[in-house]
Amino acid sequence: MNYFPDEVLEHIFDFVTSQRDRNSVSQVCKPWYKIESSSRQKVFVGNCYAISPERVIERFPGLKSITLKGKPHFADFNLVPPDWGGFVYPWIEAFARNNMGLEELKLKRMIISDECLELISRSFANFKSLVLVSCEGFSTDGLAAIASNCSFLRELDLQENDVEDHRGHWLSCFPDTCTSLVSLNFACLKGDVNLAALERLVARSPNLRSLRLNHAVPLDILQKILMRAPHLVDLGVGSYVHDPDSETYNKLVTALQKCKSVRSLSGFLEAAPQCLSAFHLICPNLTSLNLSYAPGIHGTELRKLIRHCRKLQRLWILDCIGDEGLEVVASTCKDLQEIRVFPSDPFVGNAAVTEVGLVALSSGCPKLHSILYFCQQMTNAALITVAKNRPNFTRFRLCILDPTKPDAVTNQPLDEGFGAIVHSCKGLRRLSMSGRLTDQVFLYIGMYAEQLEMISIAFAGDTDKGMQYLLNGCKKLRKLEIRDCPFGNAALLMDVGKYETMRSLWMSSCNVTLGGCKSLAKKMPMLNVEIINETDQMDISADDRQKAEKMFLYRTLAGRRKDTPEFVWTL
Amino acid sequence: MMEGCLGLLGGGGSSGASTNKSTLSKVEVVETEASSYPVEAELELGLGLSLGGGGCGGGGGGKGKANAWGECGRILTAKDFPSVVSQPHRPNNNNSMPSTCAVGAVSGTKRAADSVSHDQGGSPTAGSQVVGWPPIRAYRMNSLVNQAKAARAEEDKGNGEKDRSNENLKKKICNGNKTNATGNEKGHLGFVKVNMDGAPIGRKVDLNAHACYETLAQALEEMFLRSATRPTTITSIGGEKQQVSKPSKLLDGSSEFELTYEDKEGDWMLVGDVPWGMFLTSVKRLRIMRTSEANGLAPRLHDRNEKQRSKACLAAAASSF
Repeated sequence: MNYFPDEVLEHIFDFVTSQRDRNSVSQVCKPWYKIESSSRQKVFVGNCYAISPERVIERFPGLKSITLKGKPHFADFNLVPPDWGGFVYPWIEAFARNNMGLEELKLKRMIISDECLELISRSFANFKSLVLVSCEGFSTDGLAAIASNCSFLRELDLQENDVEDHRGHWLSCFPDTCTSLVSLNFACLKGDVNLAALERLVARSPNLRSLRLNHAVPLDILQKILMRAPHLVDLGVGSYVHDPDSETYNKLVTALQKCKSVRSLSGFLEAAPQCLSAFHLICPNLTSLNLSYAPGIHGTELRKLIRHCRKLQRLWILDCIGDEGLEVVASTCKDLQEIRVFPSDPFVGNAAVTEVGLVALSSGCPKLHSILYFCQQMTNAALITVAKNRPNFTRFRLCILDPTKPDAVTNQPLDEGFGAIVHSCKGLRRLSMSGRLTDQVFLYIGMYAEQLEMISIAFAGDTDKGMQYLLNGCKKLRKLEIRDCPFGNAALLMDVGKYETMRSLWMSSCNVTLGGCKSLAKKMPMLNVEIINETDQMDISADDRQKAEKMFLYRTLAGRRKDTPEFVWTL
Repeated sequence: MMEGCLGLLGGGGSSGASTNKSTLSKVEVVETEASSYPVEAELELGLGLSLGGGGCGGGGGGKGKANAWGECGRILTAKDFPSVVSQPHRPNNNNSMPSTCAVGAVSGTKRAADSVSHDQGGSPTAGSQVVGWPPIRAYRMNSLVNQAKAARAEEDKGNGEKDRSNENLKKKICNGNKTNATGNEKGHLGFVKVNMDGAPIGRKVDLNAHACYETLAQALEEMFLRSATRPTTITSIGGEKQQVSKPSKLLDGSSEFELTYEDKEGDWMLVGDVPWGMFLTSVKRLRIMRTSEANGLAPRLHDRNEKQRSKACLAAAASSF
């Protein structure tokens, strides 16, 4: 291979697209490292604080696309105070300063300001794609900047962000010359949009394939849009509270008849069930259906809809579908690969599905490998059955609404059930557990879950042994997040080198002490050990025996971060 | 509060099945007690509305605080906030407690746990009492709450789950005022930031979890001003004693802090001047400001005498309950 000119190697490497594979390529030898680095266009940074933007730029000068993740996962559930961090500005500023030809930016759990959005829009002439997931810090003004200045924008995809809505006319800011849009998702915006501008935008975007509307787009506008965009592949519908008059309804039916390409459907933020029958037309071709924001759709209407969806591969649904509805899914959707069942009323603490629905799915859907399931109760017997039926799970996340509930029939901990899952599902990469769990389940996980990369634990375990089994056993562990478990310093400090092989560790409301964390930080300079201090009683010189309420540690090449707020200490 | 709740859940390490059984029975007990609220709440609502303070069906002080029901209708003034003694800030366990406070699902769930006894837990919604549980993204939570409110405001669902009727009623009580007052946008609210002068940590509070100023004020008091007790973990249940020895200071005394908010126009206003629903549509964020600084909010400074009179009026009426 040493006799090949660089261009040939580069060409060959072009066929290697996954980041992991490219990382492997770059480690073969120095020449390969150089060539791979200079030719890599797509970079994934799982923790924005693990490396500095300057270093990324230096290594990958040809970078065109970057994915950055910021806050720890548990920030989704309000366990991390706002302003903890995850600011993307330094990255964008560095890219702009170094004249990087950035084209695609994907952010998850980060803070991005309007100023930053404007900087993006002005600094990168070929900017094509902006995907923001669970981000915050910006408003529709920032979106207006993107719309106005990014002449070649193909994708603007906003997923579940907290956007300050100024109800500006950001949609009108797309110039008439902008005809390049392929994907537009503004479902998470709370305010009104300029409907006329939306219609015009759709009309001049022949390449538009994905469109997800927010609640402010009514039915009659939807049907007009559909008439203009019959080639849509992915459609997110807004809100329709009232039954449409027959004329609008008929127009909708006509429009949907023309949409032969729709494979993915979502939205229905408020939906009069009577509208649904129009959508039966496109159900037979659907591979992805997300009704998890549609509490208005349940019962017979929902089951009717599902019965038309024989090709479904991905289903996100609320638990008002019930066990009965899940049985319909199991008998209809034989291609189902991923399902997520969310609670429709988390406050009440009553979920409408139980272990029955889970077993039905495992039995009826042979390709099912990824599940997120919020339920009322679970039993070991059910989990053992599921494990037997479905050894192909790669992602298994079970959330019982009462987090320490034991087996609903035997009152035993659910150790055996989850043990069966990890034993049987040899390809399991991600696991979340709940219910009454002792150290035993961790013994099983350590023994059997060889491919496990990410695990989330809450209210589980009895002693340090639990965490020790995990750390000892799971060789491929990358992310570990623990809350409210009786794990302390002995577990934390058992194998400090392990944390350099992982992306991060989160522990909150456990038994680790300030002293334990300090000790860890001292031994492992390549880790940032951060304590989130939410009581004013604790200061850095406080008694080391005090418990560290929230600790987040991660490996990093960038040293301590410079943007920690007052309440975060890097030890 | 946390102690009570986790006690309810039976703890992680020590107890087994038996605790959970007793958990169940506690839950039942609380449910029956909670069901006695609606009648009172309706009556209170009549008094409250005239002052624009909003009904407190969903919030209130819980069982141990009969007064709170009567006080609910009063518009909050700076005097309602407890004085902060030596330390300027008490940020403590986390910022999401109000968010997990059931939206009228069971009235005063949090408060009941606080005020009565912390081993009661205070709610059938055991899951929702725990911070950050169930693990659902804040965005989705907000969305569900908003949708639930909208749906219930329009019609009674009557899903037939066992305690639905109570919640529906309470939610209606909470929502009734909101939809009356605003009628326009469905309140796509959720968490707003709260900062307190002198506190290093900003928080977020879920406005959806509150139906009146009273509960909001109490929640903020919990967040920022109550004595810093470590949030309980499974292992420390036995050891923690109940915090907040005093009942809510909202009802007495003056304070060196005022609760203010920034509205959509960017102006800072005193919280409590407008009807709850109107407040919800215009609030952008909150700030617990030192009274000395709040003097600048001149156009909106209320007539304290007037409020005192109304307070007395309500207190008199409330005492008859």
